[in-house]
Amino acid sequence: MITATVLRALDKKAYWVVGILIALAILVPLSNLLLPTGHALRVPNYMVPLLGKYLSYAMLALALDLIWGYCGILSLGHGAFFALGGYAMGTYLMRQIGTRGVYSHPELPDFMVFLGYSELPWYWLGMDQFWFAAIMIMAVPGLLAFAFGWFAFRSRVTGVYLSIITQAMTYALMLAFFRNDMGFGGNNGLTDFRDILGQPIANQGTRAALFAATAIALAVSYVLCASIVASKLGKVMVAVRDAESRTRFIGYRVENVKLFAFTLSAVMAGIAGALYVPQVGIINPGEFSPANSIEVVIWAAVGGRGTLVGPIIGAILVNVGKSYFTAALPDFWLFALGGLFVFVTLFMPRGIVGVFVSARDALGARRASARAEKGAGPDPRDGPSAPAPSRSDPDRETRTDTGDARPSPAE
Amino acid sequence: MTETMTTPTQTPPAPAPEGAAVDPLRHDSLLYLDGVSVSFDGFKALNSLSLIVGHRELQAIIGPNGAGKTTMMDIITGKTRPDTGEVYFEGRIDLTRKDETEIAMLGIGRKFQKPTVFESHTVRDNIELALKKPRGVFRAWFYDRSAEDDAAIGAILETVRLGHRAGELAANLSHGQKQWLEIGMLLAQDPKLMLVDEPVAGMTDAETEETSKLLVDIARSRSVVVVEHDMSFVRDLQCRVTCLAEGSVLAQGSLEHVSADPNVIERYLGR
Repeated sequence: MITATVLRALDKKAYWVVGILIALAILVPLSNLLLPTGHALRVPNYMVPLLGKYLSYAMLALALDLIWGYCGILSLGHGAFFALGGYAMGTYLMRQIGTRGVYSHPELPDFMVFLGYSELPWYWLGMDQFWFAAIMIMAVPGLLAFAFGWFAFRSRVTGVYLSIITQAMTYALMLAFFRNDMGFGGNNGLTDFRDILGQPIANQGTRAALFAATAIALAVSYVLCASIVASKLGKVMVAVRDAESRTRFIGYRVENVKLFAFTLSAVMAGIAGALYVPQVGIINPGEFSPANSIEVVIWAAVGGRGTLVGPIIGAILVNVGKSYFTAALPDFWLFALGGLFVFVTLFMPRGIVGVFVSARDALGARRASARAEKGAGPDPRDGPSAPAPSRSDPDRETRTDTGDARPSPAE
Repeated sequence: MTETMTTPTQTPPAPAPEGAAVDPLRHDSLLYLDGVSVSFDGFKALNSLSLIVGHRELQAIIGPNGAGKTTMMDIITGKTRPDTGEVYFEGRIDLTRKDETEIAMLGIGRKFQKPTVFESHTVRDNIELALKKPRGVFRAWFYDRSAEDDAAIGAILETVRLGHRAGELAANLSHGQKQWLEIGMLLAQDPKLMLVDEPVAGMTDAETEETSKLLVDIARSRSVVVVEHDMSFVRDLQCRVTCLAEGSVLAQGSLEHVSADPNVIERYLGR
């Protein structure tokens, strides 16, 4: 039963995505570690964690798209789950520093010694064990999302109101983590990491391994999301997105569907955050900032909301652009980002992927009509129930739209 | 007749304990509304409405705009809570304590006034979603459509004459076809009671006739309540007719009886 569900997810597109990610997970480390410095095909040292950062962002965008693109929940606070996962990882990494800190305290991180802590706060206990930290990386964002969703979805908070509450949630967490007595390093956050799983974190081999882990985590997330989207649950989610009360009158527990998707998405975001932190070397309360969460929405929108490939492409492209522009034209970046969002919303409502799909469909329709003019039958690939081949095929186009009905010319 | 069917005034206002001396009218009914009132911002949408739907009964509800027809459906399906009054399903289940999902699972299906189908899904998927299957999150995730389910979906699509458009998006259907698809979704739910709000709006005369045949056919195995303005359609249904006005029952009986009622003529038909 479960294998059938996973197999259904592995369509041609999934093979491509998973194939590319696994190829990256193998080739990037190999090229970085084995090729001599200066070789044309060598991935430079600085680029390995940078690529890893992009992929962890892509995973966050994918998590957001699962709830926004497929379930209609626009979370403007998804960065909070990402940051919580990151803080859980950061806590583990802090406990690995041991006596190598500035104050050489065997147990307490530097900032705690500085702030006069006499012992570890209770929520730091156990975090020196990787397995426990790994559970926390998933459990903390998951439980917060579950509790949040439990109240929000049960009270039927939807649309803009829900978006505003998620935004308030991440803002509140940011303020809390800025406080020194929160016990997570306040303003400065957690940094100065040394080891992860006994390996020096700045080591090129460790960085390559972290990159590979991120690529594989993204591939696994993709397959998981694809298995949901391709299943009846995915159809129910889209039904909730397009006609929530109708779904309820058919007998589905809309709040449970939303709660499931929201919690799963938060766990994915948490894992992405945990992979992000060791590669960038720091986690601070700035990660909770509402602007970060809004940026995630832009990535998903640019790539193509309601597709699984779209947010991955969008996150990578926008961040490559960001890396370039913030170096080349630092004052220009925020305008570019805002302009990009406006442009995409106005002219590419289904993002980059949507443009490609429309182009492909239009090309297919033109070919079909050319064939029809020559007197041959309709494209056999279209199947028996295909509409008249002469008009451009709006069926596939509307598939992921938010149910905008287009009148069919038959009427 | 009107009196006996609509005013079981002997029932005490407090809900009777389960099993104990239940009103026989309520006991034998599929759906039982007694003294249901609801007001929105001072406007009384329903004013002590009492109505009974029997097992396997086809009943048509007519009445002017604002008579409370849709509000009545909202109350039965749990969308709106009544201010006062009793709503019982199968004589014992208090619907005022249940939410939409629970009521749908009890076996009450509803077609909306404005056809509401899942437009970004195919016609077949619309039926599949409605098909009577476990509704849990994980059951849906690991659901595998069996040959049996395929056959059931195919049969329903044939019944509502949408078999040839099964693979198309529901958004591309005409208004009338959406109405039919929604009726098909109701059938897939296999409810005990179907509430059908204005099923023939936007249909041609031929389609309207087909729809009345279909509903009469459906009512052989379950109860159907139809809200409609189209009098010739209501005549084709050949069933008991209830006329609502200003939130309560104005007249009830055969269409001839109701349309001959001077009150009905004055407040509805005469307009």
